[in-house]
Amino acid sequence: MSATASLSRAPFDRALLLVVPAAAFMLLLFVYPFLYGLGLSFEPKEGGALGNYKHFFTTDNLWPTIWTTLRLALPATLINVGLALPIAYKMRVKTRYQRWVTTILVVPITLGTVLIAQGALTYFGPRGWLSQTLQLFHIYDGPIRLTHNYWGVLISLVISGFPFAFLLILSYITGIDPVLARAAATLGADRAAQFRHIYLPLLAPGLAMCFCLAFVQAFSVFPSAVLLGSPAGPTRVISIAAYEAAFEQYDYSLASAIAMIMGFVQLVIVAAVLSMRNLFYRGPVVGGKG
Amino acid sequence: MKAWFEHAWRGLLLGVMTLFVVNVALMIAAVATSSFARRWLGTWLPDGWTTNWYVAAWKEFQLGSVLWVTVEVVFAVVLLSLVIGVPAAYTLARRNFPGKRLLMLLFLLPLMVPPITYGIPLATVLYKAQLAGTINGVILANLIPAAPFVILVMTPFIEQIDQNLESAARVFGASTARMFWHVLVPLLAPGILAASLLILVRTIALFELTFLTAGPDSQTLVVALYYAVFAAGVRAPQSVDAMAMIYMLVTLVWLLIALRFVNPTQLVSRVREQPLTA
Repeated sequence: MSATASLSRAPFDRALLLVVPAAAFMLLLFVYPFLYGLGLSFEPKEGGALGNYKHFFTTDNLWPTIWTTLRLALPATLINVGLALPIAYKMRVKTRYQRWVTTILVVPITLGTVLIAQGALTYFGPRGWLSQTLQLFHIYDGPIRLTHNYWGVLISLVISGFPFAFLLILSYITGIDPVLARAAATLGADRAAQFRHIYLPLLAPGLAMCFCLAFVQAFSVFPSAVLLGSPAGPTRVISIAAYEAAFEQYDYSLASAIAMIMGFVQLVIVAAVLSMRNLFYRGPVVGGKG
Repeated sequence: MKAWFEHAWRGLLLGVMTLFVVNVALMIAAVATSSFARRWLGTWLPDGWTTNWYVAAWKEFQLGSVLWVTVEVVFAVVLLSLVIGVPAAYTLARRNFPGKRLLMLLFLLPLMVPPITYGIPLATVLYKAQLAGTINGVILANLIPAAPFVILVMTPFIEQIDQNLESAARVFGASTARMFWHVLVPLLAPGILAASLLILVRTIALFELTFLTAGPDSQTLVVALYYAVFAAGVRAPQSVDAMAMIYMLVTLVWLLIALRFVNPTQLVSRVREQPLTA
């Protein structure tokens, strides 16, 4: 075994074997298909090896999908994480209502894209309850336009993404020992200072991870962009372009190329966020007296 | 001044939360109303009520077998992803070894790229292995995001556990396996439950990979719902609403069962609930 050979000076640490099944699984089912798709993207129906990529960046209904997607995914992720952080922070202390409030906030996770799309069309639509209520009280008399455009998709991304971000951040926050904050309090730190100097640095890795996972969900938006947006115009996201190439034009090579571009754009954002994680403290947060 | 600011902040938070919850609740209510409606066009309430849409949805789509497939897939995915993921998370949290960053990248990537990116070539590979269209293929495909997800959620949990506890177990002669089972797993139980809960809900909702790898007998609920909406020709919106309600209730049952055993705010059990001294 080469791993043993390279570590022959030190006694081999058998704990390293624990990682082997997961690594093998990923190599077989993720890396191999991914490389297969990458290879496929360089074998276009026409043109040289880069034909698909040239086609993407010179076609008017393809390359702008990158901005369309980012314009939806970034605000949605910022809203979701930005809302989830203060609310989860508030919910960290045990009160009578805590469990109920948490459960209610997590419930939208069960809705599913189709229900959110149907519900948003019915409720936020120009003749829906929201519109009728606003008109009843003369708050806004015109027909509201929240469906079949940018806002419809954004609303659906917030409804489906927020519970997930909330649950994740909540589990990270409750992993931080409140003793640390109390220690800070005895040294005169007020609540804002406790959050800024105790919780926030300890939370940073979890927040970065949460941001990335929430962003992936928003970035690969597909069903709601079709159902709730205007898939020909302002919400023609990149996954729609990939889907059309694969299942309407049956050009798997172009579809793979679009998928690779999609993956690349996303990884640039994710790499930027994750690289910040290493700036913060890592280690035991709730250790005993040690 | 400070008290005033804290009051305003608390009020703002409460306002935002209320706005979110009320609008989502009304949205669900709109779908529920529509699913029982005979005809509903731009009025406050529909003209009449009926349960026919549910009966139709249940009969037409063999929901019983679809539900059973969903349960099988979800449980297999949760179990297998824990078995694969937790040991790997332990090694990544505790050991430094050459190639560790590369390995982290390997586990991060599947979560950081959209499922469509690798879903299409994966389906081709599974077809070659004659696994596509079977329930095993669906389980394998769903494990790709699930196993790394366990690793990512569990690694910070394990990092937080004081390493001295393990050293103590070692001093008393425990093997890695014993230490894992008697020291780590009990300490990690809340984290493991949380990860299972998240994976359960994510797997039920994961559309793209199941869609690309499932055959007629291995569709999960979300894919069946998609076909009901997009592939079955013109369909009354009420019928879709009825099926969406069934989907929501199924997921909701699992979520509530999970929340019954895991309080999401008590995921890390070592944290004291009450201040010992002020």
